Amino acid sequence: MSAVVSSIRNPLVTGNKSYHDITEDLCAPTEKAPGLQWVIGFILAITLFSFGAFCIIWTIWMGIGSWNLNRTINWGWDITNFVWWIGIGHAGTLISAILLLFRQKWRTGVNRAAEAMTIFAVMCAGLFPLIHMGRLWLAFFIFPYPNTRGPLWVNFNSPLLWDVFAISTYFTVSLLFWYTGLVPDFATVRDRASGVRKKIYNTLSFGWTGSAKHWQRWEYLSLVLAGIATPLVLSVHTIVSFDFATSVIPGWHTTIFPPYFVAGAIFSGFAMVLTLMLVARKVLNLKDYITVEHIESMNKIILLTGSIVGVAYLTELFVAWYSVYPYEQFAFFNRALGPYYWSYWGMMICNVITPQLFWSKKMRTSVFWTFFLSIIINVGMWFERFVIIATTLARDYIPSSWSYYVPTWVEIGIFIGTIGLFFVLFLIFTRVAPVVAIAEIKSILKSSGDQYVGKDAKHHSHPQPASAYDDSNGFLQYWDGNDSSHDSITILKSVSGEATSVVAEPTVLKASLKDDLKKVEGIGPKIEGLLNAAGINTFVDLANASVESIQGILNAAGSRYSTHNPGTWGRQAQMAADGKWDELKAWQDILDGGKE
Amino acid sequence: MVTDSKEVFYGLYDDEEDLLVAVQRAKNAHLDIMDVYTPFPVHGLDPILGLSESRLHIAGFVYGATGTLTAFLFMTWVFTRDWPIIFGGKPYWSVPAFIPITFELTVLFAAIGMVVSFYTVCGLAPGVENPILDDRITDDKFCIAFQTNGFSSSEMNNLKGFFKSTGASKVSTKVI
Repeated sequence: MSAVVSSIRNPLVTGNKSYHDITEDLCAPTEKAPGLQWVIGFILAITLFSFGAFCIIWTIWMGIGSWNLNRTINWGWDITNFVWWIGIGHAGTLISAILLLFRQKWRTGVNRAAEAMTIFAVMCAGLFPLIHMGRLWLAFFIFPYPNTRGPLWVNFNSPLLWDVFAISTYFTVSLLFWYTGLVPDFATVRDRASGVRKKIYNTLSFGWTGSAKHWQRWEYLSLVLAGIATPLVLSVHTIVSFDFATSVIPGWHTTIFPPYFVAGAIFSGFAMVLTLMLVARKVLNLKDYITVEHIESMNKIILLTGSIVGVAYLTELFVAWYSVYPYEQFAFFNRALGPYYWSYWGMMICNVITPQLFWSKKMRTSVFWTFFLSIIINVGMWFERFVIIATTLARDYIPSSWSYYVPTWVEIGIFIGTIGLFFVLFLIFTRVAPVVAIAEIKSILKSSGDQYVGKDAKHHSHPQPASAYDDSNGFLQYWDGNDSSHDSITILKSVSGEATSVVAEPTVLKASLKDDLKKVEGIGPKIEGLLNAAGINTFVDLANASVESIQGILNAAGSRYSTHNPGTWGRQAQMAADGKWDELKAWQDILDGGKE
Repeated sequence: MVTDSKEVFYGLYDDEEDLLVAVQRAKNAHLDIMDVYTPFPVHGLDPILGLSESRLHIAGFVYGATGTLTAFLFMTWVFTRDWPIIFGGKPYWSVPAFIPITFELTVLFAAIGMVVSFYTVCGLAPGVENPILDDRITDDKFCIAFQTNGFSSSEMNNLKGFFKSTGASKVSTKVI
């Protein structure tokens, strides 16, 4: 049943799609042999990944000395890349969780791919702290497990350990959320497949049937997972920022870090979503599902979070000055004018100026500029992390320890390798799973399809079920003594005192069976369902019911409904029952959501 | 639940609005619907069908609370009983420092517990072969299914008439 959507909203699904068209379009990439573009992209990604894997093996074999880290600069490209990848991951959960809670329908076009991106980005991110440990095979030391060394526990007071918990929880929850969304779509692919593919997709779909009770639980699960993933996503980058903020190093020891990191993470994550989706949209032919409306919405979030990041940069400078703390002040002079000035100004131009261009609607809705600027933002956000880490460490308290850090080919190679890994995983994902959530797109079609909303809408956004009125098939004849409405027909006939003509009968049937109570302003599909369940099926029933009894029905259904005010419903229903549609229409124009 | 094979008589509708009307009519006529299958969650179906509210979120709260207690009590035990160490001159029992991990484990326990519960109560798992009435149910058809074991021909006619009059685009029987 379609939700209420303002007619001035732009459609989110274009091309006059039917449910079946959606299935066909979105399953197609998993059913066809990959195209040349995909193959080239995959070979390129595998090549980059292989080089990265080689560099990782080199690091483990030769030791961490193969990186240019030294006594003062103990974090370099590794942690820069770690924070960069983790930040990119944030957009997926933001789209799927926070936008679900805010009931943003446009999220359905991009949530699946964005969540996949989150998972792959977190995998890339997790690699860096692991290999930075040097002895990768002892990585399990970071978990608190009973051991023979005491047992000696890990330090639960350390932000680095909080990171372990935050990132492993984030990865797990994102994976569960993503997979639960995928299960019904895997079932769709399964039911179109045959042979071995059918077997594989049946396994992947866990034997999903689409039963009403399963869907009900599925929606509860999605909603609650969204509810707990929302504070989770905010906590992850907050905790990453604690890695820096709980230290006593000038430039790091600031309370603004958590909100500034979270905003930056969402900023860079949306840029990455746009980079990926603009390519996927073209290559996989998804223009009807990822429309300019989606792109514009994402650009607005980039504008918001980019502005928060810009304000945070300026706030840092102000606080450094206002603190009258020479070390803090030096840290910021050093960033802007010291040996790494190029990264600072790169960051400023990419992250502060670029998003401001999106104030222009032309820029926001231009595919080319969005793609170009999304890459610029990704570069800028990488610079930001480099600025925070390298410039600060290169100039510590003892000038004799000052140095300049340049990465080795091994460090650069590992970074390139993670980009390769990310794209290998993403490209496989586009072949195996529907890139756009099929079931969720279908559920918004009636409210956001271009045949229902927008300037080309053909239907009213609340299509009336034809069969609710049309009983010419003679359905009721089958119910001998079994159907209460049949009795009422008999009564009506006897009251009228004469043989009812055949022509008049459908009218009687219609009146006695069920009216579309949604015609009454203030009543939506859910409330209609409640009223029906309480035996109020027609306008006459509604007109005869007291305001108190309706309020009672609403109160009994919970706080979501009890806030509705049914004061005018009875009078509206009376007009509808009397057939005074024009009068009703005129009154509804005055009413505000059914309230006087 | 019957372990014997079920005879299922089902009808497919092309639109969820038709489905809702049909389900309402079936309920009015006291027909015993076995299940309704849809390609996406149809809002407004649950109250008509008489589905009770899911209790998954209550389970989620219990799992989350378990995570909270596990994390907090474990860290408390480690740092006050098992191996007390002073970090940065802070007290052994430094509660603010325990908050991040306590929060993360709350979320982790709630999420894993709820997902596992969801698949368990729905009887879904890798390798489960649930009977599929029609391949188009996960595509664009909305299905109402009746179990018809031991139905007389007049009862079957009743159901046929019901599907015909409510605009079902396809009716069929299947033994599952």
